[in-house]
Amino acid sequence: MSVRTLPLLFLNLGGEMLYILDQRLRAQNIPGDKARKVLNDIISTMFNRKFMEELFKPQELYSKKALRTVYERLAHASIMKLNQASMDKLYDLMTMAFKYQVLLCPRPKDVLLVTFNHLDTIKGFIRDSPTILQQVDEAFQQLTEIYGGLSAGEFQLIRQTLLIFFQDLHIRVSMFLKDKVQNNNGRFVLPVSGPVPWGTEVPGLIRMFNNKGEEVKRIEFKHGGNYVPAPKEGSFELYGDRVLKLGTNMYSVNRPVETHMSGSSKNLASRTQESIAPNPLAKEELNFLARLMGRMEIKKPSGPEPGFRLNLFTTDEEEEQAALTRPEELSYEVINIQATQDQQRSEELARIMGEFEIMEQPSLSTSKGDDLLAMMDEL
Amino acid sequence: MVAADLDGPYEPGVRRADLGLQVHWCVLPFRVLLVLTSHRGIQMYESNGYTMVYWHALDSGDASPVQAVFARGIAASGHFICVGTWSGRVLVFDIPAKGPNIVLSEELAGHQMPITDIATEPAQGQDCVADMVTADDSGLLCVWRSGPEFTLLTRIPGFGVPCPSVQLWQGIIAAGYGNGQVHLYEATTGNLHVQINAHARAICALDLASEVGKLLSAGEDTFVHIWKLSRSPESGYIEAAPLL
Repeated sequence: MSVRTLPLLFLNLGGEMLYILDQRLRAQNIPGDKARKVLNDIISTMFNRKFMEELFKPQELYSKKALRTVYERLAHASIMKLNQASMDKLYDLMTMAFKYQVLLCPRPKDVLLVTFNHLDTIKGFIRDSPTILQQVDEAFQQLTEIYGGLSAGEFQLIRQTLLIFFQDLHIRVSMFLKDKVQNNNGRFVLPVSGPVPWGTEVPGLIRMFNNKGEEVKRIEFKHGGNYVPAPKEGSFELYGDRVLKLGTNMYSVNRPVETHMSGSSKNLASRTQESIAPNPLAKEELNFLARLMGRMEIKKPSGPEPGFRLNLFTTDEEEEQAALTRPEELSYEVINIQATQDQQRSEELARIMGEFEIMEQPSLSTSKGDDLLAMMDEL
Repeated sequence: MVAADLDGPYEPGVRRADLGLQVHWCVLPFRVLLVLTSHRGIQMYESNGYTMVYWHALDSGDASPVQAVFARGIAASGHFICVGTWSGRVLVFDIPAKGPNIVLSEELAGHQMPITDIATEPAQGQDCVADMVTADDSGLLCVWRSGPEFTLLTRIPGFGVPCPSVQLWQGIIAAGYGNGQVHLYEATTGNLHVQINAHARAICALDLASEVGKLLSAGEDTFVHIWKLSRSPESGYIEAAPLL
């Protein structure tokens, strides 16, 4: 497994989250200044220097569930609140979108261009805030430093690590189904036409050479696809034409986006099966969450800014319905771990607990013990 | 995917999927061994699939914290089993006719990048004939002659693209690359004789039907192709023709 995958995963999923929130804020007619505040708060939390430092450390990827906790915290970094059903749907949409983008990347290295596409659009959301713009540019520089010099083989390993993370995820997204990039069984359609990746020749030619390297024979053949040469390479600079469209905002046209749980209850059962089995890495995951979330600087609310609830569904009734049919096991009531409590970790968790504040409730009491778990329930 | 758990060598179970895991049946003169590689090391089992005869832990001593440590690329050559590693070194294990007395006899240096694949074929009778090819993430191919000590015969440089899969047949090296090309080289000289623009995405795997000289290539572009390999009757140069 590549230990350099988390920054790419986190930034791209974060980008998709922002695209979806932006679209829902507009669809729900949230006043412009509130909407902007929400996006600004989330983006500045995401790109906070200390948080980025923690993110960019070489480390393994943990489970989808562990990562979801980080995004749930991030989504609540402002005056906006999401119910569990909406948070579920948000995370489903985010993960399926990035899975699609990774799968369809022409070259493994193009996942970096996808990341830059996300960053470019994020910069558009906060173009009036020079401090946050600066933070995003710094993240850009870090990405270039770390990934700019990686070999094609290392990018292939990153690609494989990402695809393993998304393995067995087949949630149907109505937009993908409509555009025919996803089949009814939740699998993505891999196109066999269009431009070849930069550095690849259009298939269809065999050349044969003699001992001196001179071409002595050629055969052309039909290879089954309908490919054309790549027009140009996307830019890896701070500003530039990325050429690749993957990672740009596909929600910018107002389209209601629904997710369907893929097909039968069989899939649902296998999904919950993964969640309720005792996780041998649970202790490591908690440490990972403690580290990342401990570095998240959530701004304390400055004034009596009233919070509001965002709904990822088209009506409140739909959201309630989705909450009812949400499998019991997917909630964070029970996590099976056999972790021994050690003094240092309890103190660390207590410190993190102290920093969190939820709008409608008073400060959470800092009871030592299973604080992180209790906090996840509270969210 | 199948992973054999370290704690239960006699009960290989299905565990969490492990990247870099490969499984390969190694056919040796007097026995068949099942070899598994992962990011922790190399395991060898008897042909019944559950009696472990050997475990080699990977030495991650030189690795920086950002480097992935794993073994990748397995092939049998005579009574040796060769396994590639993340550092570019190829481990050569000497396998006795039976029993667990397996010995790491050599570590081949020739690559600086992680090994992707190893291909072997039975020596064609003559003394100085190549019978093993190793490939790595930079696309470099090393051509070897096996023996009590392995000898590096030729190096075929890469061109910036990984070579995920390599095959060896009658002195012909078939290499599949990350840019979708298949190259055929003469093993003795290292000269490129055939270049096929075969796939629109990276090639995942090559396989060869040795009795009929047919090469199969599979790529991430969803296509599978079959090629007929041959030698020109006049010049003896390697040729290829598309079959599928």
